[in-house]
Amino acid sequence: MNVTLQVWRQKNATAKGQMVKYEVKNISPDTSFLEMLDIVNQELIARDEDPIAFDHDCREGICGMCSLMINGMAHGPEHATTTCQLHMRSFKDGDTIYVEPWRARSFPVLKDLIVDRGAFDRIIAAGGYISVSTGSAPEANVIPVPKENSDLAMDAAACIACGACVAACPNASAMLFTAAKVSHLALLPQGQPERHKRVIDMVRQMDDEGFGHCTNIGECSIACPKEISMDFISMLNRELIKATATNKE
Amino acid sequence: MATDTQQRPATTEVGGRRSMGFESTLDAQIPPGPLQDKWDTHRFKMKLVNPANKRKYTVIMVGSGLGGASAAASLAELGYKVKCFCYQDSPRRAHSIAAQGGINAAKNYRNDGDSIFRLFYDTIKGGDFRAREANVYRLAQVSVNIIDQCVAQGVPFAREYGGQLDNRSFGGAQVSRTFYARGQTGQQLLLGAYQQLERQIGLGNVEMDTRTEMLDLVVVNGRAKGIITRDMVTGKIEAHAGDAVVLATGGYGNVFHLSTNAKGSNTTAIWRAHRKGAFFGNPCYTQIHPTCIPVSGEHQSKLTLMSESLRNDGRVWVPKRPGDTRPPHEIPEAERDYYLERKYPSFGNLAPRDISSRSAKEACDAGLGVGPGGLGVYLDFADAIQRLGVAKIRERYGNLFDMYQRITAENPYEVPMRIYPAVHYTMGGLWVDYNLMSTIPGLFVIGEANFSDHGANRLGASALMQGLADGYFVLPNTIGDYLAQVKPGDYNLAGDEFRQVQEDVSERTNRLMSIKGKRSVDSFHRELGRIMWDECGMARNEQGLKRALEQIPELRAEFWENVRVTGEATNINQELEKAGRVADFLELGELMCLDALHRTESCGGHFREESQTEEGEALRDDDHFAYVAAWEFRGLNQQPVLHREPLSFENVQLAQRSYK
Ligand SMILES: Cc1cc2nc3c(=O)[nH]c(=O)nc-3n(C[C@H](O)[C@H](O)[C@H](O)COP(=O)(O)OP(=O)(O)OC[C@H]3O[C@@H](n4cnc5c(N)ncnc54)[C@H](O)[C@@H]3O)c2cc1C
Ligand code: FES
Repeated sequence: MNVTLQVWRQKNATAKGQMVKYEVKNISPDTSFLEMLDIVNQELIARDEDPIAFDHDCREGICGMCSLMINGMAHGPEHATTTCQLHMRSFKDGDTIYVEPWRARSFPVLKDLIVDRGAFDRIIAAGGYISVSTGSAPEANVIPVPKENSDLAMDAAACIACGACVAACPNASAMLFTAAKVSHLALLPQGQPERHKRVIDMVRQMDDEGFGHCTNIGECSIACPKEISMDFISMLNRELIKATATNKE
Repeated sequence: MATDTQQRPATTEVGGRRSMGFESTLDAQIPPGPLQDKWDTHRFKMKLVNPANKRKYTVIMVGSGLGGASAAASLAELGYKVKCFCYQDSPRRAHSIAAQGGINAAKNYRNDGDSIFRLFYDTIKGGDFRAREANVYRLAQVSVNIIDQCVAQGVPFAREYGGQLDNRSFGGAQVSRTFYARGQTGQQLLLGAYQQLERQIGLGNVEMDTRTEMLDLVVVNGRAKGIITRDMVTGKIEAHAGDAVVLATGGYGNVFHLSTNAKGSNTTAIWRAHRKGAFFGNPCYTQIHPTCIPVSGEHQSKLTLMSESLRNDGRVWVPKRPGDTRPPHEIPEAERDYYLERKYPSFGNLAPRDISSRSAKEACDAGLGVGPGGLGVYLDFADAIQRLGVAKIRERYGNLFDMYQRITAENPYEVPMRIYPAVHYTMGGLWVDYNLMSTIPGLFVIGEANFSDHGANRLGASALMQGLADGYFVLPNTIGDYLAQVKPGDYNLAGDEFRQVQEDVSERTNRLMSIKGKRSVDSFHRELGRIMWDECGMARNEQGLKRALEQIPELRAEFWENVRVTGEATNINQELEKAGRVADFLELGELMCLDALHRTESCGGHFREESQTEEGEALRDDDHFAYVAAWEFRGLNQQPVLHREPLSFENVQLAQRSYK
């Protein structure tokens, strides 16, 4: 199949970027989207041009490194699919495909399609953990965890921190990301001691990073390749109310 | 050749045990005493760093996967200053994240006869008697602590209705000792370790440098004292100093170009350390995983693994008749060959990975393969779905089935999956002693990057266990013993050694940029991968390996004359990153072939066609090869020197592996 690409090219963090057009010929529908970009890059290299820079690593939908707004959709048109798992069979012969980086104040572009998502790590560092030093853990089966809770915690913990939620949100809010971690840990008995402090610290960091406010639009959850549910945002809000009410700070 | 790799040493009887007729030139520092007590005794004997002094020591941790993240967090908790590095944009993206199936631990929660000794025994046997007993026993011992630690961190392992932890069985074991978190065990374990790491970063005890690649090691007066890195955003080449350096940089399976590793997985850190004096252990031991999605065409950029937990419920088969092109559901039972069940009745579809992989290759070589190019076998869930229902299968494997469908556009609930073996794991790596220290004092190596624990073949669910054992429980103890013997801060970042290596790295980077040849980095990588897969893959022979040993140096020479690296060195430059990695793979590949050539026996993942039983099973040669091959670098295009660490088995009986 043949497609036309319009790709955001930007030399570095301070340069001005622009959309550049590339014609892509004879691509097998079984090619993944990133393999299609690989092929384009091989052609650019052959012409001695700078290839398109994009983030990727595992190419199996789990590391969260790949990104891309494809035709205005985070990770492209397929439901619950990261860009690296997207295949050209999802497009039609002759399509024009627009490829852009995540756009959010807190995710500055570094080059072409690569952005800086360091803010996510800082939100975790602010409280997204259970403080337990190595060696101090009790026997694993001492604290039973109801299967429903553990399954629900796993649903939340499935987040890959790719940033699609932020990119899809008109407010560029990081609420779904933060809520997933808050909920994962709040649902487990091990997470109880730091429950209140955790949500307060993480939300504060999220705000400090310049992410927008959540107005419950729900684009985040639709874009999420791991189908993290909006329910976790409600859970975060409940946690935050309880925590603020009991917090003596 | 500098030593007698071609000559076979004589065998002698020592104390009723078979042993090699040569002296070991390597001291593995295995503590004396009974197997069960070694680790305890050793911990007692090790020197301790005074708690108040710990903050004066800086440890450089390269890598943030299960090994690196768990070690960095644990060392910081102890009070050491840690500088941690990864090449991704976040430590949470290390390739450990991709592990699906599970992690072993000898908890015996099933009451099915598991024990520390059984896990130890299974690992030694699974590794085809090519691993060090003392290390493996320690691994089995600390396995139980790992589960405790992870649960306390909030890792959402699968649970039963009573709220207790669930287990499943995994290839190569007859007990259920594998803990799992849906099909995302590696992700959840890594996030557990990552969260502990972030906690220490938040507390100011760890300095984390992301998008930073280690390009060389700095050795001062024979001790590892620092590294040279490239900032992958600005291109800046920088030096970092510390009292010890730990490499936790993962496996080197990408030497084959196509593998289940991440695109960025590389050998650069360990290869550069090898060039600086760290011996490379068993480089040829590679694991080819039986359950991967087959290659779909030339464009293929990586291979995707389907967790072998699938083999618990899926049945592997091929048509009995070569060239049978009927769709699978039209092939009647009587015309299917469930070859694993037939050949290995007691283990069946759960036979170890090397055996399963080779059987698939044999079936395909015999023209029985299915799918494009005949490079695939069926993994069929029809029986399991009938027995357990779709819902149960979805609960167990839902995400794997979805992933398969996304990639192949086929629905595995309705048609059998097609699978084919792919390069997955490297048992080889830098040689380390019992303390996980390499032959360069002060350089420690943990996780997949070292050669330890798995011998010639790794059992499923044991790499996660080893990475976390190394990082949480072994290294934090053993590194203290080393640090207690060195003066803190005994290095000079402005000194000659650092400056020299930094210049070397800049010079190499500039050289790569200035060749301006005609061929892309990828084209070299692809060609190297093809040589390695053909000649040093699932089956190896003398002729092929010798061929590869001629081809690889030629390819390497062409690379340095004709590679094209576009862009600039002072900006994000993914071509430059790849070029540096491929340059190192081009050296490593040669060593792997050399190692595979010298080891004329078959063992585990290393199958030499010349050494097989009448039934076509791997045939070991314990008299001549019960040793670890540790290679010393002597300069490019020079023969490396082979050192042997003899393996003695005091607690298990050496036996020809049988999974019949
Ligand atoms: C698809 C897949 C599935 C698997 N499933 C299982 C399973 O179910 N059970 C099991 O036990 N094992 C499994 N394994 C094996 C296991 O996941 C790995 O062996 C293990 O996670 C490796 O951990 P590590 O910490 O050694 O390395 P990694 O997790 O690979 O981490 C390497 C780290 O080093 C960094 N790094 C690398 N090179 C450099 C450099 N030059 N400079 C700076 N940083 C660098 C990376 O950024 C990264 O942080 C699987 C492996 C794969 C590929
Ligand atoms: S590259 Fe890892 S999720 Fe896409």
